Amino acid sequence: MQNRIDQLFAKKQHGVLNIYCTAGFPQLNDTLPVMTALQQHGADLIELGMPFSDPLADGPVIQDSSTKALQNGMSLHKLFEQLSGFRDRIQVPVILMGYFNPVLTYGVEAFCAKCAEVGVDGIIVPDLPMAEYENEYRPVFEKYNLHLIFLVTPETSEERIRKIDSLSKGFLYAVSSSSTTGKDKDMGDQQAYFERLKKLQLSNPVLIGFGIKDKATFEAASAHANGAIIGTAFIKAIEHSQNIDETVKTFISGIIQQ
Amino acid sequence: MDIAINTGNSRYQVDKNGYYGRFGGAYIPEMLYPNVAELQSRYLEVLSDPGFQQEFEDLLRDYVGRPSPLYFAKRLSEKYKAKIYLKREDLNHTGAHKVNNTIGQILLAKRLGKHRIIAETGAGQHGVATATVCALMGMECVVYMGSIDIERQAPNVARMKMLGATVVPATSGSKTLKDATNEAIRDWINNPVDTHYILGTAAGPHPYPDMVARFQSVISEEIKKQLLEKTGSEDPNYVVACIGGGSNAAGAYFHYLDRENVKLVAVEAGGKGVHSGFSAATTQLGTIGIIHASKTLLMQTNDGQIVEPHSISAGLDYPGIGPMHAHLYESGRAQFLSATDEEALAAAYELSLLEGIIPAMESAHALAKLKDLTLQPEDVVVVCLSGRGDKDLDTYIRHMNK
Ligand SMILES: Cc1ncc(COP(=O)(O)O)c(C=O)c1O
Repeated sequence: MQNRIDQLFAKKQHGVLNIYCTAGFPQLNDTLPVMTALQQHGADLIELGMPFSDPLADGPVIQDSSTKALQNGMSLHKLFEQLSGFRDRIQVPVILMGYFNPVLTYGVEAFCAKCAEVGVDGIIVPDLPMAEYENEYRPVFEKYNLHLIFLVTPETSEERIRKIDSLSKGFLYAVSSSSTTGKDKDMGDQQAYFERLKKLQLSNPVLIGFGIKDKATFEAASAHANGAIIGTAFIKAIEHSQNIDETVKTFISGIIQQ
Repeated sequence: MDIAINTGNSRYQVDKNGYYGRFGGAYIPEMLYPNVAELQSRYLEVLSDPGFQQEFEDLLRDYVGRPSPLYFAKRLSEKYKAKIYLKREDLNHTGAHKVNNTIGQILLAKRLGKHRIIAETGAGQHGVATATVCALMGMECVVYMGSIDIERQAPNVARMKMLGATVVPATSGSKTLKDATNEAIRDWINNPVDTHYILGTAAGPHPYPDMVARFQSVISEEIKKQLLEKTGSEDPNYVVACIGGGSNAAGAYFHYLDRENVKLVAVEAGGKGVHSGFSAATTQLGTIGIIHASKTLLMQTNDGQIVEPHSISAGLDYPGIGPMHAHLYESGRAQFLSATDEEALAAAYELSLLEGIIPAMESAHALAKLKDLTLQPEDVVVVCLSGRGDKDLDTYIRHMNK
C-alpha cells in the first residue's frame, strides 16, 4: 500500500493542516478521542507526541504536556495499546513525534514493526541525526514503509537541505526559526527563508512548523509552503477542555474555512 | 603545559566520528547543528594553535595558580598503609578543577566570535568557574541551575551573582543538574548565533567530551611530572577520582589511559545505597541510551524515561556518565565503585581531621573508597581532590549535629 502521507500530498498540495498533540493528554485515554475529533473537523495530518522525560527541543507548553502525560501513565507500550485497531476509525495519516531514547530502548526494529502493525505512517525524531539514520537505521524504517521526516532550519545550508531532502520521505519539516517549540517569532523575519526553500524546488513537500498559532500565521505559512503544523497553540486549547470534540471543532474552525 | 592534541591510536580516546567504542556521537536536533558542527570542525585547530596554548597556559599559571600541588598525605597514608598523594585541585582559583575547562572554553568562544556565554551547573562550582571567566573576559553570562540545587548550594549562587552572572532556576523535571542542562541546551537552540555553551563536564554531544577532557588533561600531565620528582616514576599504581559527568576523572586519567599498568578507579555516587531507589550510580543502574545528545550509559525506566537520581552531592547528582567513562567501564579499563552518602560524609570528616583539608562532597566520594582498595605498602595512590568543601559546609554542619 502507498504510504498515506504520500497519498495526501498527491491530492492536496496547498494549505495542508497538521496538528500536533501529545499522546495521553490531557487525560490518559484522550488520545483516540482527540485524533477522532481532529479528523472529523478537518485536520489533514495528525502528529502524535510520544511523551519523554527530557524533551530538549520543546518549549514549556509541550514540555508540561509531556510531563502530564507521563504522570497520567502514558508510555510507548500504552500508546501502541491505544492505537491498536485505530485504523478502523481514522484514515488521515498519522505521524509519531518523539525523542530517540525511548525508541532506542524499545528497540528500533520492534518500534518500526509495531508502527507498521497499528498503521502509523511516519516518524519525527528530532534528535536522530541524519548521519546516524543513514549509516544505521534507514533500512529498518524503509522495510516497514515508515517515512522519517527531518527538520530544516533557517541556518541549514543549501547543501545540507538538499542532502536532507534526498534522505527524507513524506515531507520536510521547516522549523520557522531556530527555536524550541512555542516561541513567538515574527513571520516577517522568516519570509526570506521560506522563499529560499521554495526556490530550491525540493523533491519533498514542505510543512512549516513552530510558531503557527492562528488563522493569520497559518495562512502566511501556507502561502510559502504546502501547509503548516500547529502544536503549542493546540495544546493550550485542549489543556483544560471539558469537551474534546467541541474544543477541537472551535479550534480548527478558527484556522480554516470549512 | 600543552593541551593534549594527538588522537593517535589509543583505544580509549575519541575516534574520528566522535565515539568511544559504541558510546558518544552527537544526537542533536537540527537546530543545534550549526553550533555543534562549528565546534566539531574547529576545536582541534584552535586548541593546537600556539597562541591559544600560550594564553591558556599563562592564565592557568597566573590566574588559576597552577600547577596545583601533589601532596603526600602522610597521616592518611599511615591509616590506609599505602603511599597516598592528593592532587590538590581544591587549591585552584574558585575552588575546584572546573576552572581548567572554563578558561579553555572562554578562550575558544572568543576565537569563535561569541559574545554571550551560557552554562549549566549542579554544585555551582562550574557556574562559579564560568561566571569568573566571563567577568575576566567581559562577557555576558547566564547560568542554569536546578531550583533544588539553588537551595542546597546557596553560597555558590551568591558568588555567581556577585561575579555578574544571571542565575536562572531550572524548574522542570527533577530540578537538578539534568534539568539545568536541558534548559541550557534550549537556550542554545534559541540563541544559535552569538552564544557559546560552556558545558561543564565530559558529557554532551561530540566534541564536548573530548574537548573538556583535553582541557582537564593538565591534571594528569602535572601528576606525571610531580610523581617523577617525588617517587622516581611517572606512574602511580592507582588513580582514583569521583565521577559526576566525568571531567575531573577524565583529566586525572588522560595521560594514563594507555598505560595499562596504572589502575584507574572511578567512584560514583551510591546515594542511600545502589539498590535503594535513591542513587546516582550510573554504571551499576544504567543501560545504553541517549542523554544530552550523547549515546552513553544512563539511568532510565523500561519505557526509556530518564530517571531522577539521588546523591547528597549536587555535583554527582546526574543520571548519566560521559561516553569516555561508559567505554572505560565496558572495556574494563577502569574499575567502577560507588560510595554512599554516609561513606562520603565519613571520608570528608576523616580527611578534615587527619590532614586539615575539608574536601568537597564530590571529592569525598573518591576518598571514601580508599578503604575498599586492596593496597600494598609500596603502592602509590593518587586521589584527585577535585574541590574544596566550603560550599558544602551546610551539609557538613547538619551532619555534625546529628
Ligand atoms: C568539586 C567537584 N568535583 C567533582 C564534580 C563532578 O563533576 P565531574 O565528574 O565532571 O568532575 C563536581 C561537579 O560539580 C565538583 O564540583
